[in-house]
Amino acid sequence: MKRIFAVLLAVVMTLGLCLSLTGCGGGNAKTLNVYNWGEYISDGSEGSLDTIKAFEKWYEETYGEKVRVNYTTYASNEDMYAKLSSGAVSYDVIIPSDYMIARMADEGMLLPLNFDNIPNYQYIDESFHGLYYDPDDTYTVPYTYGVVGIIYNANVVDEADVGDWDLMWNEKYAGNIVQFNNSRDAFATAQYKLDLDVNDPDTASWDRALEELKAQKPLVKSYVMDEIYNMMESGEAAIGAYYAGDYFTMLDAQADSVDLRFYYPERTNYFVDAMCIPSCCQNQELAEIFINYMLSEEPAIANAEYIYYASPNRLVYESEEYAEELGEEAMEILYPGIDNFSELYNAYAYQNLSNDLLSYITSLWETLKIG
Amino acid sequence: MKPLSKIYTALILLFLFAPILILLVFSFNGARSTSVMSGFSLHWYEELFRDYQTLGAVRNTLILAVSAAVISTMMGTAAAVGIYRLRNRYLRVALDTVTNIPMINPDIITGISLMLMFVFVGRLFGAATSLNFGTMLIAHVTFCLPYVILQVLPKLQQMDKALPEAAMDLGCTPLMAFLKVEVPEILPGIVTGMIMAFTLSLDDFVISYFTAGNGFETLPIRIYDMTKKTVTPKMYALATIIFFVILALLLVSNLMDADTSENMKKAREKKRARRRNTAPSQTAAE
Repeated sequence: MKRIFAVLLAVVMTLGLCLSLTGCGGGNAKTLNVYNWGEYISDGSEGSLDTIKAFEKWYEETYGEKVRVNYTTYASNEDMYAKLSSGAVSYDVIIPSDYMIARMADEGMLLPLNFDNIPNYQYIDESFHGLYYDPDDTYTVPYTYGVVGIIYNANVVDEADVGDWDLMWNEKYAGNIVQFNNSRDAFATAQYKLDLDVNDPDTASWDRALEELKAQKPLVKSYVMDEIYNMMESGEAAIGAYYAGDYFTMLDAQADSVDLRFYYPERTNYFVDAMCIPSCCQNQELAEIFINYMLSEEPAIANAEYIYYASPNRLVYESEEYAEELGEEAMEILYPGIDNFSELYNAYAYQNLSNDLLSYITSLWETLKIG
Repeated sequence: MKPLSKIYTALILLFLFAPILILLVFSFNGARSTSVMSGFSLHWYEELFRDYQTLGAVRNTLILAVSAAVISTMMGTAAAVGIYRLRNRYLRVALDTVTNIPMINPDIITGISLMLMFVFVGRLFGAATSLNFGTMLIAHVTFCLPYVILQVLPKLQQMDKALPEAAMDLGCTPLMAFLKVEVPEILPGIVTGMIMAFTLSLDDFVISYFTAGNGFETLPIRIYDMTKKTVTPKMYALATIIFFVILALLLVSNLMDADTSENMKKAREKKRARRRNTAPSQTAAE
């Protein structure tokens, strides 16, 4: 018995020792807390650059000081917001989406950036300046952007039927269509189809969109989020809307009997995810150095290749190496050459809605799903 | 009836193991897809062992589960002994009920309330951040404790009350009587409680999610966070490895169990043989 207790005691003591070591984080090394989407940075898999390790190494070489990046991930803007606003954690760099940035800026949760520390900001394309969520470019540095398009299986869908959002309402393909399983995205498909404003504060416009979704419901195979990958790849579904970058993931994995293609409807959704510094930041200068590093050529290209979303960084989309890696077709789809991006973006991107409207939309969504 | 029951058993086994089997098969998929098979490959295993973020999450999960299991077992055993020794019946029933509350409480409520408490206490002491490994450990010990108590208490109640008394009559101090007589008697309960605490802590998502601080990410949280893009088959590879490790542990523990029950059987037979020698008439009646 004594022996068992000795072993237990030893285990507890070693654990305590381990904890005190990790707690201090190795003494004098600086720590940078980064909070990002899951799978949203080049992490060294499949021979790519390990951005975080590369930054730590680069920082030590440049400043002669060690830095440790504490990298954690979240699954949605709302999760990230809940965690930050609880005041229980502190992060130095976060990468939320546009509408969440607008909300956090409104609530004073973001710090204005010191662009003297971010000289690489010059490589961000002009059309990403002055977007609605940050009209004066004070808080954000764009990281990725994307456009929603329609993916279809050319072995099932007749090319003559392809065009705009009507394809998702085409009765010929009843039982082959998948729709977003999230109220905002699903309503938006109907709103773009009917040329309604996706940020309309008037409930009547949402009621009309609901009618359109109800008309579509008998044709819909199922309401999905990331199950769409499996369904499109295996040919189980033939028509669905998703982000351009994700189309290539499906294309890579499609079954032999499936021939996936992609097009952009005339009015559609745009998103931008941007790097920001939250007000709980402990070391703003270090955070800005990190943001600046992420904009430099090597990590920016590695991230764009890994995430497969479009990059607003000139060093990336003008790079020949990058264009070669992606191939002509991917470049054309990811960078459709939108001249008036900021105009389209400000007209069609999601903006933050009032809580009353959000709960109204949720109730409409429930009547659609249940009814 | 016989074939029907066989079909029924087969169906149950199918429902239990088909998902694991599919996961296992797709962990060897050559392509990224999780629905279209394109040839055998160990690619995802290679990727998994290169992904230090995921491996770090596995390490974190194990550190947390082991420490939560050890701490909650020690605290839970002590608590069970305390409850068992209570003279006042009403107090004992009341304490029993109170320890059961965290078990019946939905995880999400436990998680949120723990987080609120940590934040409140953290603010009280003026800390900039209040969530870290320590708070997560406290949370895990909290929800593991009732399960340990639930395993140990019945063992104490099954124990012959005269045993520790006899030990003390024969010259043991109360502490020695506890360590040498009571603990071996309730050891199966303690071990089961520790294993339960370990597994509960290992796969807890909800409570961890609310109490996790920056930098300490456990495996369930990491997998959940991958859902913006898709979960990569790397995770299938990891799940396959975990499945086989657990299978191996189960086999070993079952073999050991079989071994001990074999020994016990032999001992019982010996006893019976001895009894037969001393009282032959009794065995004849059997």
